[in-house]
Amino acid sequence: VINVNNKKRLLILGAGTAGTMMANRLRKKLRADDWAIAVVDQYPKHYYQPGFLFMPFGIYSEKDVVKPKRKFIPRGVDYIQAGINRIDAKENRVVPQFGGYLDYDVLIIATGAKIAPEQTDGILGSDWRKRVFDFYTFDGASRLHNALRDWNGGRLVVHISEMPIKCPVAPLEFTFLADWWLTKRGLRHKIDIVYVTPLSAAFTKPIAARVLGHLLEEKRINVVTDFNIARVDNERHKIVSWDEKEVDYDLLVTVPTNMGDAAIERSGLGDELNFVPTNRQTLQSKQHPNIFVLGDATDLQSSKAGSVAHFQSEVLTENILRYIKGEPLTSMFDGHANCFIESGYRKAFLLDFNYDLQPVEGKYPLPVIGPFSLLRETRFNHLGKLAFKWIYWNVFLRGAPMPGIGHHMSRLGKQIPLEALQPA
Amino acid sequence: MTQKQIAGLTINVDDEGYMTNHAQWNRDVAVALAKEEGIELNAGHWKVIDFIDKDFKEKSAVPGMRRMNKVGGIETKELYSLFPGGPIKKAAKIAGYPKPVSCV
Repeated sequence: VINVNNKKRLLILGAGTAGTMMANRLRKKLRADDWAIAVVDQYPKHYYQPGFLFMPFGIYSEKDVVKPKRKFIPRGVDYIQAGINRIDAKENRVVPQFGGYLDYDVLIIATGAKIAPEQTDGILGSDWRKRVFDFYTFDGASRLHNALRDWNGGRLVVHISEMPIKCPVAPLEFTFLADWWLTKRGLRHKIDIVYVTPLSAAFTKPIAARVLGHLLEEKRINVVTDFNIARVDNERHKIVSWDEKEVDYDLLVTVPTNMGDAAIERSGLGDELNFVPTNRQTLQSKQHPNIFVLGDATDLQSSKAGSVAHFQSEVLTENILRYIKGEPLTSMFDGHANCFIESGYRKAFLLDFNYDLQPVEGKYPLPVIGPFSLLRETRFNHLGKLAFKWIYWNVFLRGAPMPGIGHHMSRLGKQIPLEALQPA
Repeated sequence: MTQKQIAGLTINVDDEGYMTNHAQWNRDVAVALAKEEGIELNAGHWKVIDFIDKDFKEKSAVPGMRRMNKVGGIETKELYSLFPGGPIKKAAKIAGYPKPVSCV
């Protein structure tokens, strides 16, 4: 498809948040006479994944979270709907599942992450989508909505299988929203809520733990820590850990293991979770200099979140332009992430952090003025989260800048105690 | 952040006793930290500690259970028998690295 003579070829794998933003940004920067750009993705639908959180509670439905992928691919970029068999990095080409191959001069891997429930014994057992649900897929969130609507009490277990996961705060948000929603429906007194994590606490960063730790107790949420799941016992409706701890469930909302795309594994380019080893600052592949990686597909410690993909897309656009000119890659990603935590009752928290600075209190994006408050529960933060849906579809995916919010995390407006700076 | 005397050295630790400056770590410190956890280090423990050390330098993170299995070649059951209770966080502490955390 991109066999245009005399032109160099830039190929983007994945038309999710990260790949779509890169297509939009680079098409504006690269002359069409010099560079052909193509995006390869196997699916026709673009999902607004942050919206999945709201679907189980009937706040969002299909119309809020689904649009055609092609709608967001700019003119002058070829959209190839195809699965990827493998990347042949030695030959600088990608083998699509329909056969043939696509040559590239520069490759961007933006193949994302997805849940892999088959990785845990019993998740896909007889309770799957009857008592056991995920909310990380459109299908899972839709079915969970039906299950919650028809439920009238018992034990709700919200569970994380293993780290890393996309949007690491989503399970906490789900828990808070469930508490609120069940309270509104007059069912909360008949329901125990248990939050089960493989980590040593629900809030693992010291300042967040100090500021937000009381929420779990206030909302009467039981927390089980250090729980590494070995299997789901479908007959007895329990999750069982490797050291034989058990947690009973009537309704299990689990976040299964998250993995990179199987094509990464077939290409021999991934780690044990099919994430691509990536330079944490330049976003260049550690193995091949003409391959770049961003978004959920990387093996980086930065959060797997849309805001991170957005900040990375700014850095990567600059670095790819430099790479093409044979210049050193001087734009540096600092691990910046920015995310809302819905806490129910139409309120939310906001976090802004990077590789070196854990979430702290303060105002964002402007000192004193805000209007958002960091690590504080406000109505305005919640409105920001809701407004983000429109921004995502209309600004974010188009690769347009977000006014006042740059890829380098700003320390202005933040209250930074000495211990907040973590060794990188 | 506090300082602590161990194995004839001064080390910086956080509130939970995890070292905050890996440059202060050595094998004697590991032995002493393990003793505080009630663990007498043997070759099996050292295999885990050495893997964490090597992997942290590459990935800037303490490896999870799956990585320990697949890349480190250490079975989950074995990890639990070596470091009962919380194998990853205990091994990380003894290896002089932070415990695994999330973003918040």
